Amino acid sequence: MAAHIIRRLIWLPVVLFFVTIITFALGLYGPGSPIVVMLGLHANPDTIARLSREYGLDQPFYVQYLNYIGNALQGNFGYSLVKYRDQPVGILIAERLPVTIQLNLLALVIGSTVGIPLGLLAGLYRNSWFDWSVRTLSLIAVSIPIIFLMPVLLFLLSRPHELTLSFWNFKYTIGPFLPMVAGRWEGVLSGKAALPIFIESLGFIAILTRQMRAGMIDVLGQDYVRTARAKGLRERLVIVRHAMRNALIPITTILGLSLGGLVEGSFLVENFFGIPGIGSLAFQAFTSREYYIIMAVTIIIAVAYVFANMLVDFLYPILDPRIRKT
Amino acid sequence: MASASVSGVALPRKANLRAQSPWAQLFVRLARNLPALLGLIVVVLFFLTAIFAPMLAPYPYDKMNLDLIEKPPSATHWLGTDESGRDMLSRIIYGARSSAFVVLLVTFVNLLLGIPLGAIAGYFGGKIDNLIMRAADILFAFPGLLFTFLIAATLRPAVLTWARENGLGALAQSGYLDYAVVIIALGLIGWAGLARFVRGQVLAFKEREFVISAQASGVPTLQVIARHILPNALAPIIVSISMGMGFIALSEGYLSYLGIGLQPPNPSWGNIMADNAPRYWRQFPKMLWLVIAPGALFSLIVLAFSFLGDGLNEALNPEIDA
Repeated sequence: MAAHIIRRLIWLPVVLFFVTIITFALGLYGPGSPIVVMLGLHANPDTIARLSREYGLDQPFYVQYLNYIGNALQGNFGYSLVKYRDQPVGILIAERLPVTIQLNLLALVIGSTVGIPLGLLAGLYRNSWFDWSVRTLSLIAVSIPIIFLMPVLLFLLSRPHELTLSFWNFKYTIGPFLPMVAGRWEGVLSGKAALPIFIESLGFIAILTRQMRAGMIDVLGQDYVRTARAKGLRERLVIVRHAMRNALIPITTILGLSLGGLVEGSFLVENFFGIPGIGSLAFQAFTSREYYIIMAVTIIIAVAYVFANMLVDFLYPILDPRIRKT
Repeated sequence: MASASVSGVALPRKANLRAQSPWAQLFVRLARNLPALLGLIVVVLFFLTAIFAPMLAPYPYDKMNLDLIEKPPSATHWLGTDESGRDMLSRIIYGARSSAFVVLLVTFVNLLLGIPLGAIAGYFGGKIDNLIMRAADILFAFPGLLFTFLIAATLRPAVLTWARENGLGALAQSGYLDYAVVIIALGLIGWAGLARFVRGQVLAFKEREFVISAQASGVPTLQVIARHILPNALAPIIVSISMGMGFIALSEGYLSYLGIGLQPPNPSWGNIMADNAPRYWRQFPKMLWLVIAPGALFSLIVLAFSFLGDGLNEALNPEIDA
């Protein structure tokens, strides 16, 4: 076990090195010189050369990389080139990160409270109609494109309107289920946030349901569950103490990995609903060659993801004593 | 899982399968699963639409008609026209073509990289295994589609600049390079999952008697892997490919929606949604043909791949469904 932790700890800087250097290299050589992005294509070549020197872009690659990492460790990720001209990227991100984290945490909490019980029951009543519908719905939820779900749900739920279908000749009014989603952002607990949070939590619900169901089915087939039943333990205790607790263990892994869903969710949902998180910042950056923002957002998300998964790795043996021995 | 193979599956007790070949058995089992069967039909229709797009589409996908802007569905334009007077049905049909093209090529790239790398890692073990799997781990360090987004966003300008500077301006203009960028961006990440999966399968079979006896009778290593090990791992590989195809279609849509995949006027369901969804979501009848029609078809295809994959998984691993 100790060997495993040490191996992981040695591997950590290696992963961080590769993640940062790949991102940096792609950012540096991909979108073209940041000076050109900043000044436009028709800038004076002398100005470009002078600014490149000032920004240190004429240095060898490894010097630039080390400078970048050194600055990044102090929270300095360079400057915005186009939209937020000359504002430090570190501050742009720091302003937006709390919104994204709150949104995703809330979505994760909703995902767990809905997904885990659903999966538990589906696994318990396997092959029943309930199981069948939970499985089908979770498969739908995990594969339906959110770029389709967002405009449809927003249309259906956001404001009172009359649906007038002239060719069917009938009028139908559906009420305001949710306040209008526009204007200023008022925090995750306001009504405006309900729909984005629901859409982001759908993915979590689906993944957790499927994992919990698979976990329950696996655990219920184990010998120790049969033993518990054989010794006459009440079914409720068998489920709660022996089956459920063990089926919950793999969920920790999923929680670590499901941070991955955060990326697509944040990028697409935040941009569509105009939520000022790092997702919308990244959306703009990826389309407008804001190269410092692209690098910073990628590195921050990837590093957070690596640490989250390492934490899960360390937690696992604590939750599951069987792993400690190996 | 280990014993799940196309040729070695035990028939379910109740089943009265007269079919002889394992593929026919597979099909019979799949046909009993309604969602999977529907998924299969939709997937087949999807690829047929993609192949015959020029014959099926009533108009060219980029033909603008400024007299017919945002017109509702009619006899001449079944799904109406968009903000440039382009026929929505034609754009959706050609969008299917873009999507199918990307799905097939990316799957091909994934198989080409993933199966050999995974088989080598699993069969030989040791240093080479370590090298391949650590490379996969580094790709897995980027969550979700982040690496794909990064590659597409940075590669596109680089590739376009390169093409213009090398006298390929027309190619850069045509949009074919966008397909290349999307396929590279998705191909570069997809192999890792498949390689990890194939490696596990190879490890499971490596020590089995039939492999050892093949090795002992002097069968060359390449043949041992290709003839004796991989065919046994075929079933789970097929399942993972089928699931992967839906994911690739979805990713292509998201990339194009973000503006770093296929660019307009090239049709992609992603860029059709990006063009229309933020603009029309509150206008009811326009919303129906400009947002819901492409979006619903996009969803249908991704769902079809998922249900087909799920059904294949059950049909190929009957022991799970005890």
